[in-house]
Amino acid sequence: MKNKKVKGLSLQVIPFAEIEKLSISERVKKILGLVLNNKIVIIHGRLRAEEEARLIEDTMALVDHVKNFRGIELAVIEPELSGRGVITKLKHGLAKRLVGDSEALTVVGPSSIVKEIKRDPRKIELLLG
Amino acid sequence: MLKILKSFSKRMLRGLFRKRESIKIGFYGPPNAGKTSLANRICKDWTGEDIGLVSKVPHETRHVQFKEKVEIKHKGKTLVLKLIDTPGIATKIDYEEFLKFGIKRNEAKRRAKEATQGIIESIQWLDDMDAVVIVLDASENPYSQVNITIIGNLVARKIPVLIVANKIDLKKAEVDKVASAFPDYEIVGISAKEGTNLDEFYEALFRLAKKI
Repeated sequence: MKNKKVKGLSLQVIPFAEIEKLSISERVKKILGLVLNNKIVIIHGRLRAEEEARLIEDTMALVDHVKNFRGIELAVIEPELSGRGVITKLKHGLAKRLVGDSEALTVVGPSSIVKEIKRDPRKIELLLG
Repeated sequence: MLKILKSFSKRMLRGLFRKRESIKIGFYGPPNAGKTSLANRICKDWTGEDIGLVSKVPHETRHVQFKEKVEIKHKGKTLVLKLIDTPGIATKIDYEEFLKFGIKRNEAKRRAKEATQGIIESIQWLDDMDAVVIVLDASENPYSQVNITIIGNLVARKIPVLIVANKIDLKKAEVDKVASAFPDYEIVGISAKEGTNLDEFYEALFRLAKKI
């Protein structure tokens, strides 16, 4: 298979406020709509576990029905709290409950463009195809 | 009001005196981590039969498969399980990946279609589990979002979790890396293929069952 070069790269940043009032279905639909348009989506915040599962389920349903769509790459990076004091952790927990996990970043991209997201606790590395 | 009280007390009594026949333990994880190899190892040890086929080709298990009433006896204790082996969860399926294993194009496309449906099935089965064994390949990077998503969903559903770091027979295997990725969980390093450390695994399985 020939190596295809990425000619242009489109990133879309979504502030958490833009999706926080949407239902699970609407959030997932919005993300997958952008991904299907070959955009790499960066959400300022993180999805709940059940939303991530729903995102995978709906992605699989689309792989089955949309020609040339093979799936997504997904990664979340969160602030490293281990080793920090109890007060910091409590503050973070409270902020998370009040305004959503806005310190986290969620990256979702089409697997045809993002070959791999290398993730370790402190960084995300996007390997493009 | 009386009706509600009667039904409540009935349910309480039924709950107190009904013995759980078997507990449902699901085997979850990414593709090719060795879920079916481990499930086969357990089933073969205690029932004499396998649960499913294993292969080097990813997504060999594309449907949820069960083994009812697997009775495990270990150090004088008995555990009766309904063992549920699930298809590996992934965020992408590319039929061209299967071509590398010598599978023909049409067959690869069929396999990919079944694999997507298998992933949906796995996720939908999460609600039915009493406890889950997450099987990871100890030679792969544990910080994959799929692993985190699976664990997050189990935590949200309050389902007890045991993490198995499989394939410790491989040189690249790093059980410590798996342990540091998931510090809040019990991790057991095993080789399902070679049957290494299964005693420790069974001990952990009994502890998992107690958390239900």
